[in-house]
Amino acid sequence: MRTLLGRLGGLVLTLFLASIVIFSAVLLTGDPISALAGGAKPTPELIAQIRADFHLDDPVWTRYWLWLTNALHGDFGRSFVYKTDVVTLVAPRFAVTFQLVLLTVVFILIFGVGSGILAATRGRAVDRTVSMLTSLGMALPTFVVAILLIWIFAKSLGWFPVYGEGDGFWGRLWHLILPAISLAVLFVAYISRITRASLVAQLHSEHVDTARVRGIPRERIFRVHVFRNASPQILAISGTTIAGLFAASAIAEVAFGIGGIGSLLVEAAARADLPVVQIVSLLLVTIFVVLNAVADLVSALIDPTSVAGGSRA
Amino acid sequence: MSVAQIAGGTTPAVARRAAKRDWLVLTALVVFGLVVIIAIIGPWIAPYDPDQLYAGPINGASSLVHPFGTDDLGRDILSRVLVGAGASVFAPIVVVVLSTLLGVAVAVTGAWFGGWVSGGIARIIDVIFAIPGLVIAVLAVAVFGKGLAAPIVALSIAYIPIVARLSQTAASRELGKPYMAALRVQGVSSLAICFRHLVPALIPIVAAQMAIGFGYAMLDLAAISFLGLGQQPPAPDWGSMIANGQAGILAGAPEQSVFPAIFVVVTVLAVGALGGRVTVWAEEKER
Repeated sequence: MRTLLGRLGGLVLTLFLASIVIFSAVLLTGDPISALAGGAKPTPELIAQIRADFHLDDPVWTRYWLWLTNALHGDFGRSFVYKTDVVTLVAPRFAVTFQLVLLTVVFILIFGVGSGILAATRGRAVDRTVSMLTSLGMALPTFVVAILLIWIFAKSLGWFPVYGEGDGFWGRLWHLILPAISLAVLFVAYISRITRASLVAQLHSEHVDTARVRGIPRERIFRVHVFRNASPQILAISGTTIAGLFAASAIAEVAFGIGGIGSLLVEAAARADLPVVQIVSLLLVTIFVVLNAVADLVSALIDPTSVAGGSRA
Repeated sequence: MSVAQIAGGTTPAVARRAAKRDWLVLTALVVFGLVVIIAIIGPWIAPYDPDQLYAGPINGASSLVHPFGTDDLGRDILSRVLVGAGASVFAPIVVVVLSTLLGVAVAVTGAWFGGWVSGGIARIIDVIFAIPGLVIAVLAVAVFGKGLAAPIVALSIAYIPIVARLSQTAASRELGKPYMAALRVQGVSSLAICFRHLVPALIPIVAAQMAIGFGYAMLDLAAISFLGLGQQPPAPDWGSMIANGQAGILAGAPEQSVFPAIFVVVTVLAVGALGGRVTVWAEEKER
């Protein structure tokens, strides 16, 4: 329990410090007035209004505090470019990103863990094949897989749409399949290796030999003695992987023209729309840190001895 | 850690298998050597000016005159791949060197002083670790503007935690060895122990991390260029060429994206194999 509270404290402190880093991003840019005025030569009245609106004349810590308390109340400021409330901009896009990540996670768990189990249990030939495929998969970044999928399945075969996020459940699913595959490939390969390695380590352990000698059926040995003992490690690493997916999603979103928070972040960064960059970064960091903590917690619940290990993102 | 950072990693089992297959390592070395040579002499061996418009047809297919085809502005893809190799290969090298220097400095400081210095450093590293590398890079672009400079600095900072944690563990272990105590008893100065004995002892493990880190950095920087935030047009690099070629794919000319993508993947595969070999070497040294 004490370790749990300690973890929680560390989590909040890390998030607090990260929010300072993200806030200071604005300070580093110096005067945001030219970005705010949208290229036109600002009139003195406009400058005065911007200075008042964004509290530019207040001391740094007051501005940080104002930003943080507003953010905690759900007020994240207004976009420089869209001139709208940042929350109304981010919320619908977050839903799209969430769905994309969810579908990717389904692919990663089915194909990553599945092929890892096959590699560990179905003999040398299967192991070799899976190992070769994962070696290749680990060198295939999202943007490369994305263009290959667009070329083969969207352009040449015409099975899937090239662009956009679609409407309705089936339309959305149909639009998100290729992006999710492009995002999943690298991690399928990675999780496959982790799964195989932890299963093989368990298969060669003494308690499994003992179980075998006692005549326990193979299926049961695998389920109870091998998979169960290997699962905390697999889960912990899957957790940190999933945590990273929300940021990585940006690449698939841009490649397939999907309006999620990742493509919003990239667009906002390109146009120096700092309030949007701040909120999306803070959102991504929060998701990343919280999911990592959850992954730790889940594996600690399954296997209390793993608590000392902690998370490696 | 960001997406791409996972790509270069190899499990010890895989690394050991790679060690047995030295032909694989040799091939990887030759491939990486060729890529570096191309990165250096690219501009001189390119058959066309990489920025010359209408050097060939628009969205041209592979041909004898243009082996890799031409893009939407009729520019020669082979020339752009050769010239773009410079930015694609040297930017990640800068990231790896910077993050290694910073990371090792931080780790040695932490291991040497211990106590609250070490604790404070660990806290800062936790914060950097809490922000995915891609997000740090995009933040940097938002603040300092598009181009490769901001992402290079941002990723160098984003990679510090990996280098620092690894080398702090190694440095603490090294400092605990009897010969370190012996050096201190002999009255050797702190700086001399640090630079003559401690830092050299870290070289194998740091070298392994550098090789693996290069793969990560290459993929992350290519991703940033793919997103349009890195190398700015018309200057080529592989990531931005892959993105630029997307329109060509839809027009039935996949060459302009596929060839730079092949260069990225092959380079990362080669560096991954080399990283595995160096890891085995570092482990052997440790024993």
